[in-house]
Amino acid sequence: MTSVTAPTVLQTNTFAKESLREVIGVALIAGLTMIYVSAIGMVVVFDKRLIIEPILTMGYLVLFSIPVFAGHRFTRQEALEGLEVTPLSEGDIAKAAVAGALAGLFLAAFALIVDTFPQLRGTFPNLSPKMVELITLGYGTSAALVVLPVVSALLAAVGASVAWLPRKLYKALLVGISTVLITSVFDAVIDDFFDWLPAIPDFLYAPVSGLTVVSTIVVFSLSATLSFVLSGRDTSLRERLATSASVPGKRNQMILIGLIGIAIVVFPQFLGGILNELFTNVGFFLIMGLGLNVVVGYAGLLDLGYVAFFAVGAYTMAILTSPLSPFFTPELSWWLAFPFVLIVATIAGLLVGTPVLRMRGDYLAIVTLGFGEIVRITLLSDWLEPLFGGAQGIRQIPGIQVAGTEVSAITPELMVYAMMAFVFVAAYISWRIEHSRVGRAWAAMREDEDVAEAVGVDTVKAKLMAFITGAIIASFAGALFAAKVGSVFASSFQIVTSIIILVIVIVGGMGNIAGVAVGALILVGILGGPNQPGLLQEFGQFKLLLYGALLVYMMLKRPEGILPSKQRQQELHQEEVLQDAWLDKVDTAAEQENAN
Amino acid sequence: MTATAKKPPETEDSRQRQRRALRLSWVDLFLWAIRIAAIIIIVVGLIGSIQKFIAGEGISAEGWRDLLVSSLSQGAMYGLLALGYSMVYGVLGFINFAHGEVFMSGTMVGFIAANWLFENGIWDSSPILSLLLVLLVAMVTSTLLAVIIERVAYRRLRGSPRLIPLITSIGMSFFIQYSFAGFFGAGFNTYPPPPEILAGSVTIFGIEIRTTQLTVIIIAIVAMIGLWYFVTKTKTGRAIRAVAEDKEIAGLMGINVDRTIVAVFAVGGAMAGVAALMWALLFRSVNFLTGFIPGIKAFTAAVLGGVGNMVGAMGGGVLLGLFEGLGPLLILGGLGIEGATQLKDAVAFMALVLVLIFRPSGLFGERLGSEDRV
Repeated sequence: MTSVTAPTVLQTNTFAKESLREVIGVALIAGLTMIYVSAIGMVVVFDKRLIIEPILTMGYLVLFSIPVFAGHRFTRQEALEGLEVTPLSEGDIAKAAVAGALAGLFLAAFALIVDTFPQLRGTFPNLSPKMVELITLGYGTSAALVVLPVVSALLAAVGASVAWLPRKLYKALLVGISTVLITSVFDAVIDDFFDWLPAIPDFLYAPVSGLTVVSTIVVFSLSATLSFVLSGRDTSLRERLATSASVPGKRNQMILIGLIGIAIVVFPQFLGGILNELFTNVGFFLIMGLGLNVVVGYAGLLDLGYVAFFAVGAYTMAILTSPLSPFFTPELSWWLAFPFVLIVATIAGLLVGTPVLRMRGDYLAIVTLGFGEIVRITLLSDWLEPLFGGAQGIRQIPGIQVAGTEVSAITPELMVYAMMAFVFVAAYISWRIEHSRVGRAWAAMREDEDVAEAVGVDTVKAKLMAFITGAIIASFAGALFAAKVGSVFASSFQIVTSIIILVIVIVGGMGNIAGVAVGALILVGILGGPNQPGLLQEFGQFKLLLYGALLVYMMLKRPEGILPSKQRQQELHQEEVLQDAWLDKVDTAAEQENAN
Repeated sequence: MTATAKKPPETEDSRQRQRRALRLSWVDLFLWAIRIAAIIIIVVGLIGSIQKFIAGEGISAEGWRDLLVSSLSQGAMYGLLALGYSMVYGVLGFINFAHGEVFMSGTMVGFIAANWLFENGIWDSSPILSLLLVLLVAMVTSTLLAVIIERVAYRRLRGSPRLIPLITSIGMSFFIQYSFAGFFGAGFNTYPPPPEILAGSVTIFGIEIRTTQLTVIIIAIVAMIGLWYFVTKTKTGRAIRAVAEDKEIAGLMGINVDRTIVAVFAVGGAMAGVAALMWALLFRSVNFLTGFIPGIKAFTAAVLGGVGNMVGAMGGGVLLGLFEGLGPLLILGGLGIEGATQLKDAVAFMALVLVLIFRPSGLFGERLGSEDRV
């Protein structure tokens, strides 16, 4: 392909104008983002969490990574199909620095305004003197008018100049930084895990929180060197892995399953109390994510009231087992009650599924959302208090009896095993069903309902099967939840929970079991569930903000998720695939012409 | 497969057809059962209420009348909100879940203006001017937010499968909610008490109506007339109607489709801003979750009236307001259910479910763009 070069005279004029617009645009966005992050209180709240002991808090990390990314924008090289990569030019660093300085100036001006009008705090509680002090780096508002532009210009310039690093070094740098961040953020995990060797966490972490300067340097240089040395080799490794995965030898597969099995049995032994709790929470959301994945990912039915099935499972278990159940107290054991939970879940799936059979996809989403809210409101109401206990809920639910011991809230280390068992069952069900006749019917229906029906797919049955399977898997989580918490309240089953499960499925990768697992681990593990704290407890009040932002980001940039299922990816990027095919055709035609 | 091959094809075909008919009728039966159950519940509830009323129990005639008026004024608010959903669905074919948040932003920023006016004594000294100022602030905020959302998120998603913009708007909705929680704090903010001229009540045709509720209804009527004028008489309005009819052909006719879609969002946002002032007059207290439930209810109203149909949206809003305001007491109260008002939201959601199941094209007929007509 030949590149067309425009006459230089013409270029410079438009070029100057265009780059000015670009600089101002980036500066505006960066400056407003910095102001936004400060004004919603993130900087102040995150200030309590140290990343590197005396020098870097999470608040500053969030705030000052913005100019770095903004600067990086100027020199980021995107290899677009059919276009030449724009060459790097030193002018870009200058542009980045100017944009950074402007963004810093915006932030300083914001600090000055907040400082001059303290009455603003009446309506905006987060515009506190503490925030002003933090964002002006302690220099005071007038000095900040100089300091902040300089600092963010420097950061933006650094962000821009990274592009000059050789590929290998750049990668090593990224690996180093992310390892430092991960080590710092996961301090609770590492602390917990190395109970038997306290020297490691003692060396890594400062007494309060965060890495020490020394350990930061050690961790960074270790991981960066390792990445530097290994890069280049890892591609061959990856290829080997890919080939071994695609051609699964019986022996390899057995070894892999064995290893995973051992890891599952051994791993919880290393966990302390916090991690047990965390993994149990992740497990709940993983089970529900797997269930919703069947409904949304496989069958393509957007269910926004999925939490209702979770509630049905939990309440059925509570009524059947608790001695305090208000109207009907059979006081069954957990195992005896479990089949009834499944039956009730099936009925619930049918009841939700049947009315929505002929509905458009988006109306279906809203109706299921309505069903979810109706379930919650009626469970909570005084009207049905004699049945479900109203706002008081149902208490004293016994645990799961296994071999003479009871798995319940008092034995969190056993709960993890119960959770793992059910995660395994849910994953097995969804794995088997995906490749079954019903699974293929779902795929056909998701692609095009009319065509599927025309070729003989029974869409009524397929849709109902999707709802029933989803309901049953969610009822697993509900039954476990009742046993784990020991009580059920209607307030645990809000819309937010449904949305968070949806985010897990979408971020992880719709239609892919491994994707859902990754999504649940990352999101619930780090950010936490609606009422459950994650590893970064500071995120508490910003959790739903981030979930919302993530949902938007994923839809815009990567709708197929982090770990997409192959089929889904093709569906979503069909146009690109077609375009590629067309380009190939054009290329080959041109080549043939040349050959002639 | 082997079993089917042995049989003559005609019988197999007819048997399959028969089976399909059977299965369809099973679903139909279920839906009819729901219909009949709903009708029986409504009729029995109504009879119960009437009996109660004749026996002199429960709510008095004045009580019912007040309830009717307040339901009407709330319904007018839902109607204005429903316009935003209806227009966007009519033009772009997706549910803009974040529209409730557009409304919420109007109530929140409007509160700042109202509070400032109150603290400086303008609220009481020149009430009409103050209300107009608050209205202006709320409308500008909501319009801006609606346009920004369109620019940042939805514009890039044109032409993608219907569920993708819906999911995006859900994410947007949560993002905006918790951004506002960050800016304004999670607590409730209360508007200053309505100025004196709105404090009392007026008697019209012998019916005593609280002035705030009357004002709300008047504002809704004025806004509707304004909107009707805009859509039918101005150039932009004509462009909106053309784009709603068929984007591609409108584009070929020289209409700037992108700009027209921005106008749709702006008009929807402005109406949400008007609704925000109505909320302030009716309920006074606002927080970051103010928009969520009214948003879903307004969507119900939009579907009830027929998506894409502007008069329908208003009618649907009023109907939903009446159903939600009177339904719990009239029907559930008649059935002898305790604490019926607690179930207000459940009744509204039930209305949503029933409307979407049985009358997804609405009472007044839906008007969708060429691509969405099935």
